[in-house]
Amino acid sequence: MDRARTAQGFVALFVLGCLLFNYPMLQLFERPVLVAGVPLIYAYLFGAWALLIALGALIARRMG
Amino acid sequence: MLRGWLVVLVSFGYIGLLFAIAWYADRRASQGRSLVSHPVVYSLSLAVYATAWTFYGSVGRAAHDGVGFLPIYIGPTLMVLLGWFVLRKMIRVTKAARITSLADFVASRYGKSALVGGLVTVIAVIGILPYISLQLKAVASSFQILLQYPEVIVPQKAAPLPFLDVTALYVAMFMALFAIAFGTRHLDVGERHEGLVAAIAFESIVKLVAFVAVGIYVSYVLYAGPGEIFRRAAAQPDLARLMAPFAAPGSIANWAWMTVLSMFAILFLPRQFQVAVIENVDERHVKTAAWAFPLYMLAINLFVLPIAFGGVLAFPHGVDPDSFVLTLPMAHRSEAITLLVFVGGISAATGMVIVETVALSTMVCNHLVMPLVLRWRRAGREISGDFTRLLLAVRRGAIVAILLLGYFYFVVAGEAYALVSIGLISFAAVAQLAPAFLLGLYWKGGTRNGALAGLAVGFATWLYTLLLPAFAKSGWSGMQLVASGPFGIELLKPTALFGLEGLDPITHAMIWSMIGNVGAYVFVSLASRPGTTELAQAKLFVDAFRQGGERAAAWRSTTSAAALQALLGRFLGESRAGELFLAYASSHGMRSPGDLEADADLLHFAELQLAGTIGAASAHAMVSTVAQEEPLDIDQVMTIIDEASHVIAHSRKLEDKQRELEAATASLQAANEQLKELDRLKDDFISTVTHELRTPLTSIRAFSEILHDNPDLDPADRQRFLGLVIKESERLTRLINQVLDLAKLESGMAEWHTAEVDLREIVGDAVSATSQIFKGRGVAIDARLPAHLPRILADRDRVMQVMLNLLSNAVKFCREGAGRVEVRLAEEAHGLRVEVEDNGVGIRPEHQALIFEKFRQVGDTLTDKPAGTGLGLAICREIVSRLGGRLWVRSRPGEGSVFAFTLPRVASAEAGHAPRLMERA
Repeated sequence: MDRARTAQGFVALFVLGCLLFNYPMLQLFERPVLVAGVPLIYAYLFGAWALLIALGALIARRMG
Repeated sequence: MLRGWLVVLVSFGYIGLLFAIAWYADRRASQGRSLVSHPVVYSLSLAVYATAWTFYGSVGRAAHDGVGFLPIYIGPTLMVLLGWFVLRKMIRVTKAARITSLADFVASRYGKSALVGGLVTVIAVIGILPYISLQLKAVASSFQILLQYPEVIVPQKAAPLPFLDVTALYVAMFMALFAIAFGTRHLDVGERHEGLVAAIAFESIVKLVAFVAVGIYVSYVLYAGPGEIFRRAAAQPDLARLMAPFAAPGSIANWAWMTVLSMFAILFLPRQFQVAVIENVDERHVKTAAWAFPLYMLAINLFVLPIAFGGVLAFPHGVDPDSFVLTLPMAHRSEAITLLVFVGGISAATGMVIVETVALSTMVCNHLVMPLVLRWRRAGREISGDFTRLLLAVRRGAIVAILLLGYFYFVVAGEAYALVSIGLISFAAVAQLAPAFLLGLYWKGGTRNGALAGLAVGFATWLYTLLLPAFAKSGWSGMQLVASGPFGIELLKPTALFGLEGLDPITHAMIWSMIGNVGAYVFVSLASRPGTTELAQAKLFVDAFRQGGERAAAWRSTTSAAALQALLGRFLGESRAGELFLAYASSHGMRSPGDLEADADLLHFAELQLAGTIGAASAHAMVSTVAQEEPLDIDQVMTIIDEASHVIAHSRKLEDKQRELEAATASLQAANEQLKELDRLKDDFISTVTHELRTPLTSIRAFSEILHDNPDLDPADRQRFLGLVIKESERLTRLINQVLDLAKLESGMAEWHTAEVDLREIVGDAVSATSQIFKGRGVAIDARLPAHLPRILADRDRVMQVMLNLLSNAVKFCREGAGRVEVRLAEEAHGLRVEVEDNGVGIRPEHQALIFEKFRQVGDTLTDKPAGTGLGLAICREIVSRLGGRLWVRSRPGEGSVFAFTLPRVASAEAGHAPRLMERA
């Protein structure tokens, strides 16, 4: 895949981020559950954030 | 034991280290081995975003509303993911136009408008003041808290620490000195400060290490991991409530608006623009920063919640959560961690203040002071004197003034708010730049007036809905107005404008200011007409990825190169200007700047260099003092239209030419085909002629051989054979004569003796001449000649030849004894007509056209021996057409034929001499 098309992955990631950090996802994960001792909503927020960063790094690497 | 002197010593030691790093980076830069040209350094420099607000304030915010601090970092994460498209475009434009600051960028976009630049500067400075006061407050508080060590003297919001104001003033003054030392030691070309960036990147590492250290300390030393903290927090109703942050109505709206706000902030805070765009070395670094900078923010926020909850659990009452980062290790007497946190806090605050004030001072100098200075000087006579010192002085003064104003804000309003709330007021202010900036970057239709309107409306709304309530809350002024609206009109209450209630004040302000801002921008843009410079600049910005460096307006010189160099010297310094001109001259193949002419290119070059120091608007104004701009006036527009119509006319002509050429090609092709046909005909003719010659020759030879080989042949036979030889010889002679005759006729070599002739006489003679043949075959002939006919111009012998041929043909095809031939002569409109009618065998319709061709004889060639040469009619038709007439035949098989020809009254001009294609072939 060429560089310009790979770069468009960033736009897709932006859209994904907008969906992850928005209604209704935020409310769906707001449950009184602990994940490894951490409230689910906190784990979700930081987990989704880490996912975006990892995918961003992947795209940047593929762009060379 | 942490004593005051130790804290001061560590602080100054740390600042000294920063200077060393900056000095080293500057030295490396001057050696051409840049220290900051690395994507990681770029990403770390972006982390100047994390200030004392992040360092101290996030914990404070988290203690109040859980994850409410997170959108401030998630927004930038989303925005830098788009950095490859948005940020890189900003960098591209900035490098191409040598833009020096945020205000310069917006001013350049809208036709290098000094007014836009000034307005953006005012908004930025006033908007950023709360933010700077936040840093002062954070550093002063942390210093004061630290001085109480080991007592945690609880700094309550309502009861400020003693001497806090004085400490904050000292902090402000020291920070001003740092900023001056870092940012305005000398005038940098293009406002790039490599040393500053290196120091900022280092500070980003320090604050991250410090915060993660205290996070680990709190989570794992004071508690048994985050799990324990969250478990214990869940047991407290106050804290358990924070674990369901999106349950409250409007909470997601607040979250979303906060995210949008910080998306704008990461681009439009003056310091972010400075490090992300102005200080960018290589636009490819943006790609790495897209994930590395979010990773940094994730790391620095990871322990915010554990620290916040841990702090609330540790200090049930009375400790300001904004100080948890510092007070938690203090309370447990961890001196090293405490000191590390203090240094981290200083890092976060100084980094922000230095970059912010340097960026703002550039804007104040280039967009507020310089336009006024230039105007004032121009009102006098000439712009003279060295401006470099003035520029530096203005910038240093601006830094001091900004910090003093920040201190002033702190004194007036700072103590009433938590850190994050103060910072968000600034975010909302710079967000007002977003419509003019972003829409201007992607929509060419945005105009200067639209930008001014949008900025003004947005800023006014911000002042009314955020800054005014902030002052009121601190009890300084406007209390009455905020409580019950202006003139008691509830609907206009600043914190619940038009009855919009139940939202966070920031969200409330953002909704109304963005509606007003974007609305005014778009409406006025559509209603106003942009100038030519505006149009050109809009194209430059919006199409940044599409074109190379194209300049907007041409200059018409009214000055010399030396004067231009002197002008540059006043702003950049004599030596720097000299270097630039020398480089320009050598790149244009000249030995010295003295050879240069102050043409449009050189003026453009000078403007760009000036823009790199004093901003596009001022540079434009400066160059316009020595040269005249050539805008697109009506003449030029007409010229362009004219050129366009020329092009259209030209292409029409080309089309016509092409059509002519096609026609010529077609006719040439046709001629070529004709020539080929004629060539083929000639070949046919030659082969036919030789064939026709061979037949009688073969007979003659055969009979001669018989005579020769049989000397004792019967005399009667001998006589018969000799007769045949003679007859065949005659035929051969006739044939050769006719071929020669035809060749002559067709080549136009035949001699013509045109004279006035009487056709009756010729026809009569021809009939008399052939009467013997008719008698011999028993064919009757009847000539019907009118009594009187006009004489015509013709060749008598040739007409005679035609008549004889037609008559002998007629007699040939009549039955012996029963034949009858009639010759008629009549006058027509244009000439005379001769008809020869017989009652012979006739000619079948399919043969009627063929008989005029050479060597075509119709009839059964197997049984009938041809009675002619096959050239007679061809010759006749040739003669008649040469005389300007026509020869044709009407016939019915079995009933007879009529051969007719016409001759014009006046002989054709062609007759006798016009050459023909055949002759050339």
